[in-house]
Amino acid sequence: MKIESTGKLQRVLNSGGFAVTAECGPPRGADAEIVRKKGELLKGCVDAVNVTDNQTAIVRMSSIAACAHLVTMGIEPVMQMVTRDRNRIALQSDIMGAYSLGITNILCLSGDHQTFGSQPDALNVFDIDSMNLVRTVQTMREQGQDMSGFELKGAPRMFIGAAANPFADPFEYRVMRLAKKIDAGADFIQTQCVYNLARFKAWMKMAQDEGLTEKVHILAGVTPMKSVGMAKYMATRVAGMDVPEGLIKRMEGVAKPKVAEEGIKICLETIAALREIQGVHGIHLMAIEWEDVVERIVSEAGLLPRP
Amino acid sequence: MIVGEQKPISEIKQIIAPYQKVLILGCGTCVKTCFAGGEDEVAVLASALRLVCKTEGKRIEIEEQTVERQCEDEFIQESAQAVSRNQAILSLACGAGVQAMARRFTTAPVLPGVNTTFMGVLEKPGLFTEECSGCGDCKLAVFGGICPFTRCAKKLLNGPCGGSQNGHCEVSSDIDCAWHLIIERLKALGQMDNLRVYLPPKNWAASLSSGPRKLIREDHML
Repeated sequence: MKIESTGKLQRVLNSGGFAVTAECGPPRGADAEIVRKKGELLKGCVDAVNVTDNQTAIVRMSSIAACAHLVTMGIEPVMQMVTRDRNRIALQSDIMGAYSLGITNILCLSGDHQTFGSQPDALNVFDIDSMNLVRTVQTMREQGQDMSGFELKGAPRMFIGAAANPFADPFEYRVMRLAKKIDAGADFIQTQCVYNLARFKAWMKMAQDEGLTEKVHILAGVTPMKSVGMAKYMATRVAGMDVPEGLIKRMEGVAKPKVAEEGIKICLETIAALREIQGVHGIHLMAIEWEDVVERIVSEAGLLPRP
Repeated sequence: MIVGEQKPISEIKQIIAPYQKVLILGCGTCVKTCFAGGEDEVAVLASALRLVCKTEGKRIEIEEQTVERQCEDEFIQESAQAVSRNQAILSLACGAGVQAMARRFTTAPVLPGVNTTFMGVLEKPGLFTEECSGCGDCKLAVFGGICPFTRCAKKLLNGPCGGSQNGHCEVSSDIDCAWHLIIERLKALGQMDNLRVYLPPKNWAASLSSGPRKLIREDHML
């Protein structure tokens, strides 16, 4: 029997709803107030909030701690967990600790390589990969055992997420990898930011042909672009990102004070298009350091009020 | 083979600074092949150091010798006399050679002149690439002969991460994505089904993670 987690995100998705998640990057410091301020901006307009785990390999407040702050505010977090910094012992321990703090969703990732961060001299861990992490959380939840087979006193009943990047190469392997993540135990998938809708649709079609959209909830990633500089940066400097030339031209084509507005417009058009794609069960809105735009986008996309 | 790179002369100068009589000892196997510590490199380094010391007004006597392999006692012993004539030994072997020398000769300090970098192959003249990390539990049969533990910057064993683009690793466009290579190779071999299988966490117990390893061959013991 599949044991259910206890969160809202799972309820929304399992009841056939269209889910909305957002993202909250913890601060580079110990000030919990910054997390709470971001939380306030997101409360009520999304079903759950992803909390990143030292994203781009830059040291920040731990994902678990920032998640716990959100829980006390009544906001449901999705704890991101990367295999870059912790071995299997620490990962399992933190999964149990997180669940004990009321964290019911996890997104299992390998993590950006440390060479992208502020401390490229660091040693990485990568004891297990993201696929193994998904399977580990599933085993903990459904068998109530850790990786050694030890019977846990209280199983962490996490709703398990994994990432997929339809824009990375080799393209034809991406759906096979998605299937593997589902088999390993992924309940939901959050994708890399969608700008190239044609390629995203092609990937979704392949997933559907394999019957995968019946087995997993796919939340398409969207990120509003604030400036032409940001668009160009994402197009050229962010690994695994696909920003079509046409979108950059469109951003360049408007007067400077209206660029951010154009970015929001593009984002809304993308959301509308994504909602038409069969198998897309929600969006993951990553408004990077632009949390105050989330409510407006969700509202104008016609996705408010949240259930 | 073991690939190494000679340390910069400024660092070598600093390492040998306290000594007036130094033996530069080369190794005629791996580090010779990668131009870090063979007979030729010993000669070039000795000349360079003599010149530098002369310009700086420092007295130094440098002796040169190269043995076949510094990681085997049989060959190391050939250097015994030269070792006894000097205050310090600058070894141009890999780290194993330096330590084997230090184990054999306890009276003189054995100093490293090479940074040991990796286990690899000569891909083409002048290009050496890392291929194996000696994990003690080889799975190359599954991966079409390409090691993701060594050649993927994240040691992924269930497929490429989201950063792989146009066959390049997200870490640098100079690095081939190991997973791209694996997929291409398995496609050509008709073995793509290998990649549908979930691979459980790797057993690192056979690796350096369990502490320094030993290989015991009783049939070869005297």
